[in-house]
Amino acid sequence: MATMADMKVGETATVKRVHGDGALQRRIMDMGITKNVTVTLRKVAPLGDPLEITVRGYELSIRRGDAAVIEVI
Amino acid sequence: MAFTVALAGNPNSGKTTLFNRLTGSTQRIGNWPGVTVDRKEGTIKSKTDITLIDLPGVYSLSPYTMEEVITRDYLVHEEPDAIINIVDASNIERNLYLTTQLLDIGIPVVVALNMMDVVNKRGDVIDIPALSEQLGCPVIEISAIKGFGIQSLVGTAHEAAHFGATPHFVEAVEGDVATAVHHDQVIAHHQYRETHFERTFTAPVEAAIDSIAQVIQGRMPIEHLRWYAIKVFERDERVEKSLHLNEAERAQVESLISAVETEYDDVSSSIVTGESYDFISTVVEQTVTKQQVGMSLSDKIDRVVTSRILGLPIFVAVMFLVYYVSVTTIGALVTDFTNDTFVGAWIQEPVAHWLGSIGVADWLQSLFVDGIIGGVGAVIGFLPQMIILFIFLALLEDCGYMARIAFLMDRIFRRFGMSGKSFIPLLIGTGCGVPGIMATRTIEQDRDRRMTILTTTFMPCGAKLPFIALIAGVAFGGAWWVAPSAYFMGIGSVIVTGIILKKTRLFSGDPAPFVMELPAYHPPILRNTFYSVWERSSAFVKKATTIILLTSIVIWFASSFGFDAGGFGMVDDLNQSIAAHIGNAFAWIFSPLGFGNWKAAISSVLGLAAKEEIVSVMGIFSSIGDGAIDMVDAGQMGALSPIMMLFGASAIPVAAAYAFLAFNLLCVPCFAAVGAMVGEMKSWKWSLFTIGYQCGWAWIVGMIIYNLWIWIALGTFGFWTVAALLCLAVILFLLFRPAPRDRVAKLAARTTAA
Repeated sequence: MATMADMKVGETATVKRVHGDGALQRRIMDMGITKNVTVTLRKVAPLGDPLEITVRGYELSIRRGDAAVIEVI
Repeated sequence: MAFTVALAGNPNSGKTTLFNRLTGSTQRIGNWPGVTVDRKEGTIKSKTDITLIDLPGVYSLSPYTMEEVITRDYLVHEEPDAIINIVDASNIERNLYLTTQLLDIGIPVVVALNMMDVVNKRGDVIDIPALSEQLGCPVIEISAIKGFGIQSLVGTAHEAAHFGATPHFVEAVEGDVATAVHHDQVIAHHQYRETHFERTFTAPVEAAIDSIAQVIQGRMPIEHLRWYAIKVFERDERVEKSLHLNEAERAQVESLISAVETEYDDVSSSIVTGESYDFISTVVEQTVTKQQVGMSLSDKIDRVVTSRILGLPIFVAVMFLVYYVSVTTIGALVTDFTNDTFVGAWIQEPVAHWLGSIGVADWLQSLFVDGIIGGVGAVIGFLPQMIILFIFLALLEDCGYMARIAFLMDRIFRRFGMSGKSFIPLLIGTGCGVPGIMATRTIEQDRDRRMTILTTTFMPCGAKLPFIALIAGVAFGGAWWVAPSAYFMGIGSVIVTGIILKKTRLFSGDPAPFVMELPAYHPPILRNTFYSVWERSSAFVKKATTIILLTSIVIWFASSFGFDAGGFGMVDDLNQSIAAHIGNAFAWIFSPLGFGNWKAAISSVLGLAAKEEIVSVMGIFSSIGDGAIDMVDAGQMGALSPIMMLFGASAIPVAAAYAFLAFNLLCVPCFAAVGAMVGEMKSWKWSLFTIGYQCGWAWIVGMIIYNLWIWIALGTFGFWTVAALLCLAVILFLLFRPAPRDRVAKLAARTTAA
């Protein structure tokens, strides 16, 4: 399963499904990361984590560990 | 007629700007009951019959953050007459997600489409009538910054509050508008929405929600029914519990939900969120025409500011500037001026002179001048420096860089249970703990903020430097490593405390993940800076004054009254004061740290008034006199050497002196900082825990240092050596044990994988 944590900087992917328990899944989806949405990995913080992605026209920061529950294709 | 209108919207949507513009100086700040989130309300300047409540900025009405719970509880239980929903038009998709949830509540909503100037400049076009039609509520274009559309927004909100909907929608409802009461209008509006507007969800989901509504209806005002039904469908525990469903009803609801879940192969809450966004995407597709443009200015700035190579150097430069201006240069200058000239020369001296001239009793004079004016002066003295710092913080927050600080520093600070934004309080804390603690206001997560407040004063602040220099001078002959070791001890305490407490139940509660919006950069708005600085400064003065004033008086009383030959009264000799007696009673506590004599003990206690006092008091106790502080400044360590006599009784005086340094460095900060701490924790339970933890930690570190030192140097092995080794072992265990929550998570992951 490919996840957002595996994406490379500059890469664009489509979200297939958001896994994770209630709070984590809900919070990620509340921010607009839902099925079939397009996400682009913009950059990785200088210390290697968190990630910065573009989704629905805005910038969102998410930790690698949390990004691992977001399945992408 | 008086109305209440709630202002709701996403963080960074311009909500604060709009609130400031609408209410101006009428705003009042309080607390939401039982929580630490600020509650702001005010009167709309151009329509004084409307009270505007500023709800916390939220992305959703999920039950997972305190802000979300406050917002939805307020809307459902306190029923404002209307909601103004501010929507950032330049980020419309995610902003409308909250709108869909607000519309479901059934209270009339007016959408304020903000930042239309940005949208227009980009060349995007939004079809407002179509958007209004699709959402089923009025949509007003505004720019909170530039001030256009505000009158129209206020007018529409007033109509919505008055008629339960705007005339445009009410006209369509059958019945006599003029005579109908407000509540009925709301219901009519709600029913109109139900029948005339496109439904958000797919047919099977809508059918399930309707069936759930059948089961639960009658337990809430009819206009909220759809919102409750959706929440029950999402398996929202808070809502379920509030409805008190019986067994049969619960089973019925459950079967409805699981049927849909099986059909969609997904959990219900995920279906609702997904379909809400799908609905919004359709709406946006039909109403917004986007111009394809290249990178915005904000994107270009961000490419540099958080880049791999330049990100950290720019961060260091910004932090240096903040520190240099607010602590080192202007900060120190204004603080000295307020303390020495303003409070000292302009207030204290004339008042003392005047009281003397009218023949006021000595003790009363002393109470006024040293106790009350000195105490309040201590608070005022911090204020100018704090205002400078608050201006910086407000600018950093407003322009968008604060979110980038969290982004840059998250990797380091999350290990210690803090936010990337904790860097600023800790940095400022090396200058002064009081503004350091106040700077924690920028941290949103309660847990992170508490941890930062708790650890900020471990850093050696400016007032701790004199006694560090003193110990380095008289005990270690000015050895170079003493001062740096104090910084290491401070930073080490922050790290160890962070790691240990993060794993305890106290700090592992809220499972909300770190998913943070990085808002677009924009020039700061002066009006917002002003209100933010005003809000924070006045909060400090109000909350800190009481506790600082009280403790100043207590300290003043304990150190200037006592028993001498003439019985109880004011004493000139500190040795005879109540403070000395108290010190005597508690000296035994410090025996395991090597300085179990009351003089050293009471120096620590009096240091609570101000940490530099430790040096003065030690000077007085070792017959050096009043000038010890100046002698430290002048580096006259030889003349100060009698101070070592205070540690003379211990096995290795130098070790005791170092344990004394460690204890006073890490122990509870001065009362000004404690006042700020209590004010920011907003909870007596947390304040007492913090004070207890800091005292305990300082004592244990001092005890370990002293006992291991004499064990290694002299081979003295006894009860306290064992205690020290045990404490060390426990600290190491707590430090390296796996986090309980990680263990559960790993276990869960393994089970799912299997």
